[in-house]
Amino acid sequence: MQNKSTKALYLIPYGAWILLFVVAPIALVVYYSLFDIHGDFTFSNYKAFFSSVYLELTLSSFWYAFLITLFSLLISYPTAYFLTKTKHKQLWLLLIIIPSWINLLLKTYAFIGIFGQYGPINAFFAAIGIGSTQLLFTDFSFIFVSVYIFIPFMILPIFNAIDRLNPALIDASRDLGASPWTTFRRVILPLTMNGVKSGIQVTFIPALSLFMITRLIAGNKVITLGTAIEQQFLVTQNWGMGSTIAVFLILFMFIIMLFTGQKEKGGASVGKTK
Amino acid sequence: MGKQSNAQKLFLALVFIILYAPIFFLIFYSFNSNGTMSSFESFTWEHYAAVFDDTRLIMIVLNTVIVALLSALISTAIGVLGALAIVYLKNRKLRNTLLSLNNVLIVSPDVIIGASFLILFTAVGVRLGFASVLISHIAFSVPIVVLMVLPKLLEMSDSLIDAARDLGASGRDVLTRVIIPYIKPGIFAGFFLALTYSLDDFAVTFFVTGNGFSTLSVEIYSMARAGISLTINALSGLIFIVTIGLVLVYYALNRRNRTPVTGVKK
Amino acid sequence: MKDIIRASVAVIVVSALLLYINSQLGKTSGSTGSDTITVYNWGEYLDPELLNQFTEETGIRVIYETFDSNEAMMTKVEQGGTSYDVAMPSEYMIEKMKEDDLLIPLDHSKIPNLKNIDPYFLDLPFDPGNEYSVPYFWGTVGIAFNPDLLGKDFDFTSWEDLWSPELRQQVILVDSAREVIGMGLNSLGYSLNSTDEAELDAASAKLDELTPNVKAIIGDEIVEMMRRNEAAIALTWSGQALDMMYINESIDFAVPEEGSNLWFDNMIIPKTAANVDGAHQFINFMLDAEVAAQNADWVGYSTPNAAGLELMDPEVTGDERFYPDEEIRERLEVYRNLGPEMTGEYNERFLRFKMGMN
Repeated sequence: MQNKSTKALYLIPYGAWILLFVVAPIALVVYYSLFDIHGDFTFSNYKAFFSSVYLELTLSSFWYAFLITLFSLLISYPTAYFLTKTKHKQLWLLLIIIPSWINLLLKTYAFIGIFGQYGPINAFFAAIGIGSTQLLFTDFSFIFVSVYIFIPFMILPIFNAIDRLNPALIDASRDLGASPWTTFRRVILPLTMNGVKSGIQVTFIPALSLFMITRLIAGNKVITLGTAIEQQFLVTQNWGMGSTIAVFLILFMFIIMLFTGQKEKGGASVGKTK
Repeated sequence: MGKQSNAQKLFLALVFIILYAPIFFLIFYSFNSNGTMSSFESFTWEHYAAVFDDTRLIMIVLNTVIVALLSALISTAIGVLGALAIVYLKNRKLRNTLLSLNNVLIVSPDVIIGASFLILFTAVGVRLGFASVLISHIAFSVPIVVLMVLPKLLEMSDSLIDAARDLGASGRDVLTRVIIPYIKPGIFAGFFLALTYSLDDFAVTFFVTGNGFSTLSVEIYSMARAGISLTINALSGLIFIVTIGLVLVYYALNRRNRTPVTGVKK
Repeated sequence: MKDIIRASVAVIVVSALLLYINSQLGKTSGSTGSDTITVYNWGEYLDPELLNQFTEETGIRVIYETFDSNEAMMTKVEQGGTSYDVAMPSEYMIEKMKEDDLLIPLDHSKIPNLKNIDPYFLDLPFDPGNEYSVPYFWGTVGIAFNPDLLGKDFDFTSWEDLWSPELRQQVILVDSAREVIGMGLNSLGYSLNSTDEAELDAASAKLDELTPNVKAIIGDEIVEMMRRNEAAIALTWSGQALDMMYINESIDFAVPEEGSNLWFDNMIIPKTAANVDGAHQFINFMLDAEVAAQNADWVGYSTPNAAGLELMDPEVTGDERFYPDEEIRERLEVYRNLGPEMTGEYNERFLRFKMGMN
């Protein structure tokens, strides 16, 4: 391993970033959370969080984030897996990312059109005799669009994990008589777990605080903690309450990290499992 | 690995169709003379002409691209170093804490990030505009880079590094010849997703921008009150075509340059 | 490693190139004058040609920035960092900014064109004597509806019509606490600015009954939804209704007779101003009859500029839905700033109403 001074060098820019843009904002948010609308010091915001409204919001945020992550994973894993087998896999992978570079609000407007009463999907439904269906402002469309947003973030780390798998391992497993399912469960999945974890983190965590889609696609029939924070900051201008909700969001995230955290003691043990 | 079955190809095709459907929807209506994204009336180029007439809009697009490219590049550098730092930490608790701190900006809604960065910048006295926007974009893109690079670093076996070391490689060589090439896919993934974060961001940019500096997202959101014009559709269509073109050219060039190298590797 | 360096160099070169192009574009488009003002306005809310005309007349270059909510605008002004010289907030925000000492008083001697404004729109309770603000555009809150989609004649003379059982899942509400709670209050004959708990409770209960009819609660996308025939009825501002009608001609607009909100967007000079003199010149310029008329034509909202009105198409200015006569205006109420506690209360009630929908 490298000597101490070079290691410290790695830590400097990243550490500076953490101090300036993570620790300082957290301190600010915690500070604001301790004041009410009149600028008086109080814990009332924290008490207010435990009212039924916010607990309900917390539950629904977690439930939807869970669903979004689950469906993202169900689509992303096979996509990533099949992508690794294509001929120009790097190109195809890039083509997965490119749509995410077009403005999200515009794409959301496009989805409003696609799911709309007069959109192509309803036209198709009408053609095959199902008839026009209300798709917009439903849980279905909300989860669909959210999954749409997150799959590139899920596919990339999983693709990277699968891509470097040693084909010899899979062949060996097959030669030993393992069924494809067993090979997948006992060989491929464990070896790609780090990528999957990354994918889950970059999907579940931001999904907790989704807000724009809840209004545009779900018509506010889905309300998350993110929406509540946005309201408190931009409408009520009650930064204290908004910050309090944010403090809880950050706490929830820390708890999630505790559970999904890397159990191994570093690269060494992961290396050995190979 | 095995060859692709037709079912697999079909699955991939479906995923791609869904990913590109909204974009083609936007482009389709950018030719609509009726001015809306419904009921196609007749074909027109007028919205494209409008894009080129609007110098302010073009400047905003260029600003957006510059901020995205630079912020993605710099945040990738910081993120890679950060991921290395995290992996080198032996203490598991410390490592988990650092990782959790890393994710704070991912879980925080944009309004909060934007508002707290604004307070930060005005307290320090940074002039709002290009610099403050660039710094903020770097700041909120770092965590995604770390999360993309980390799994690659973790799966890298120490024996690889030890072997390099036994062969007499210096610390620097180990980094540039062994570690970086191995985690390269993670680095590129981080860079591209940092681009996504930057291009998509509205709320943070809104708060930290000033003195006339604007990005495309901020423009589009503030148009929403009166309805978004098809000029924006046309613009997105152009951006999309140019991007695809660049990617194809880059890929073709890269392949030609690289074929012998990869050939040896395999 | 090599390709990473190559890619990094490519990114830097491309960025530098774009920066160069951008600076060249900046040189050709902006005039070289060092005298500038920064105008902070809603998106698509000013004819850009007028900015050039202003620069030609005065030699002052305009830096134009946009916002999408009053509160976000106020945060930016409060924090400083950009020297906004003129901004266009709504009336209740002016009261609030005044309280927080974020406004610079106007020097009326530098705004002779103030005489062009219809006296009806001057000296309003949110800013007595127009000490800080000059009205820019105004309008009402009402019901935009599409008779073609409803397939039946509704005229929406009363808020009560929205509660009709025939309108199940047809109504879109605007995602704004004041407007929705205000509609609940209005439908019961109470004031929009009510702070009476009993009245608010009644309004909340009344709104809960509306739930089966509510299709969605959305923001600015409401314009797009109505344009595309996605919804038949929307509670919205008159300006947005006009934006809908501009594209979708079958849409109509009505202000129910129990009363509704009368709103104003106004020009003010925030505390951040660096060029107060230029700001006055700009406000005076915007109040010029011809300029106001041209701007109203471009934006499409109702202008308070009486002199400008006379230069406009009588078909537009005679439209009672958007230029209601005094009798109708009597029934309209301007929002007062309710103070932080009541604003919180309105929003809390609205949040509970939204959560009751699922």
